[in-house]
Amino acid sequence: MLVTTSIEPPTRAELLHLYHEMLLIRRFEEQCNALFLQGKIPSTLHLYIGQEAVAVGVCSALRPDDFVLGTHRPHGHALAKGVSSRSIMAELFGKVTGCCKAKGGSMHVGDMAVGMFPAIAIVGANAPIAVGSALSAKMRGTQQVTIAFFGEGGSNEGAVHEAMNMAAIWQLPVLFICENNLYGASTPISQVVAVENVADRAAAYGIPGVIVDGNDVLAVQEATRIAVERAREGKGPTLLECKTYRLCGHSRSDACNYRTRDEEAEWRDKDPLVRLSRYITEVAQLATAEEIAQVAEEVEAIMQDAINFAEESPEPQPEEALLHVFWEGN
Amino acid sequence: MPEMTIAEALREGIREEMRRDPSVFCLGEDIGIPGGFGGAFTVTLGLSDEFGHDRILDTPISEIGIAGVAIGAAMTGMRPIADVQYGDFLFCMMDQLANQAAKMTYMSGGTVKVPLVMRAPVGSTRRGSQHAQSLEAFFTHIPGLKVLAPSTAYDAKGLLKSAIRDDNPVLIFEHKLLYGSKGGRSEKGALTAVGEVPSEDYVVPIGKGVVRRTGKDVTIVGKLLTVYRALEAAQELAQEGIEAEVIDPRTLIPLDKEIILESVRKTGRLVVVEEDNITHGWGAEIAAMVAEEAFFYLDAPIKRVAAPDTPPPFAPPMEAFYVPSTARVVSAVKSLF
Ligand SMILES: Cc1ncc(C[n+]2csc(CCOP(=O)(O)OP(=O)(O)O)c2C)c(N)n1
Repeated sequence: MLVTTSIEPPTRAELLHLYHEMLLIRRFEEQCNALFLQGKIPSTLHLYIGQEAVAVGVCSALRPDDFVLGTHRPHGHALAKGVSSRSIMAELFGKVTGCCKAKGGSMHVGDMAVGMFPAIAIVGANAPIAVGSALSAKMRGTQQVTIAFFGEGGSNEGAVHEAMNMAAIWQLPVLFICENNLYGASTPISQVVAVENVADRAAAYGIPGVIVDGNDVLAVQEATRIAVERAREGKGPTLLECKTYRLCGHSRSDACNYRTRDEEAEWRDKDPLVRLSRYITEVAQLATAEEIAQVAEEVEAIMQDAINFAEESPEPQPEEALLHVFWEGN
Repeated sequence: MPEMTIAEALREGIREEMRRDPSVFCLGEDIGIPGGFGGAFTVTLGLSDEFGHDRILDTPISEIGIAGVAIGAAMTGMRPIADVQYGDFLFCMMDQLANQAAKMTYMSGGTVKVPLVMRAPVGSTRRGSQHAQSLEAFFTHIPGLKVLAPSTAYDAKGLLKSAIRDDNPVLIFEHKLLYGSKGGRSEKGALTAVGEVPSEDYVVPIGKGVVRRTGKDVTIVGKLLTVYRALEAAQELAQEGIEAEVIDPRTLIPLDKEIILESVRKTGRLVVVEEDNITHGWGAEIAAMVAEEAFFYLDAPIKRVAAPDTPPPFAPPMEAFYVPSTARVVSAVKSLF
């Protein structure tokens, strides 16, 4: 099944909001890269540039009290779920005001107060935890949905398969979102996945497998809505494969020599931000280029504020390393 | 006061906590299937009659999934008790325990709690190498996990209740020869660790050891089955005029160091007995701790009695050679005089 069209056309406010969210992630990541090169961010980084439509499309279809479990590449997931840009940036700077009080770093950003689990950097390990969260929601009768993001590389982890089977047998409200960006670090998907689509594996668990253009935020949002509705109705999980591309290196200092410049150029033409702004201004004609530029200004202000906040925040005392091994209360 | 086996005491502990708190539930393989076993050692037998199959949740044979599901549920308001069929299978879920459960509170800067309990049977019982290991010390090396090792029915129930109410991941190791499982699930060579267990609500605090026998000449520290080997050895030694003090820490993390140190300051001699492989083991840690903190009270070298550095063997004569016996404890103690 290929989802390409939206049932109800989005309003101007909705579209501008989606653009705002996606641009915030893009600019956040670009700034991170620059700040890393300036030596201001000690944390290693896996940037989300190019995949913004997935996190924003998925999270815009959720309730605030739904849960998200991110990966080693979690800034986009966290921002889209509503973790504050200030607290994520401060975390990357290693400041006590960070969302994990400087104990987590880039790969563990999260804030349970907005439904974002601390991100999990062991590839695939978040999937069974997401199933537990969904089981808990079912037991508590809250109708909360849980999202597990993972890459096509992560889809080969045993943990993901155990998780999908358990979610299927118990019909749990969880969505497995595979962000297929064609490479796991340097390894191309063709070398490690024998089926054509990761979503084809859903059949093995008796759950729907849906493929969507991961660079089309509206398509991702629509596919997620359908899966979320199913999940809330008690009809169980969905595996949603979003075809996308990382428009940056895997992590810091990656020259991407395992892929061609032609391929990169091809995907750059499908940049999800460019597509959305074109859609808004040219297809839907719900905003002008000037209004789009105004969104960009708002985003710049948020970014500057986040960076200032992170720079001005204090560093932790070394001995704070000894705290929080065990739960110490709220 | 009613007398119970450890399996029965654990079952009553689970029952009472599930009645008290609707967020408590059990999950694991073969724990509630009608006509099944109630877990490999009968601990959950009959509980699904009272609580139903949603709260006594039978899972697929998916150890990573069991651990991950317990973690995710614990982080979102539930208090899961996960049943590991054999402790050896903890290795299948090692990432979930060591990287996820143990580190979640820390990595989140103390903003997230993971109140889960994981119960795992250990001990060598004629099943060969993969259903026999004593893995409790392994997990004492992972900051963020609490590790319990009850050796009596009273402690099993009281510590389990403490574990369920604790806001951290707690691993409870239970010895197969101490359960007192009955019928088809009974164990050859099992001890009858039957003891008095109060029917009213009580807990055994995590982090407090107990003196099982007082003595002035030597301190023997054991855990799980080796507490009983130490007690048997103490009886034999008494006939020869050596009065051994036997300490059961009950909780490995956090460890009641003071109860061990206080005893060693009195006796001046220490023997640590465990069923795990000797090298880099728990005994070495206890020995190092005592050497650092009570060296000048020692009158003799510290001795360890443990399994040799081999996988657990199958054939009964070899298994009996592998698992520390009462005789080995006796001779270790005598070598100090
Ligand atoms: C269990 C595990 N194995 C290996 C790694 C190292 N690693 C980090 S990211 C990555 C590639 C992941 O690829 P994919 O799941 O497709 O996600 P992407 O990086 O493309 O977002 C690898 C191998 C890891 N973090 N965890």
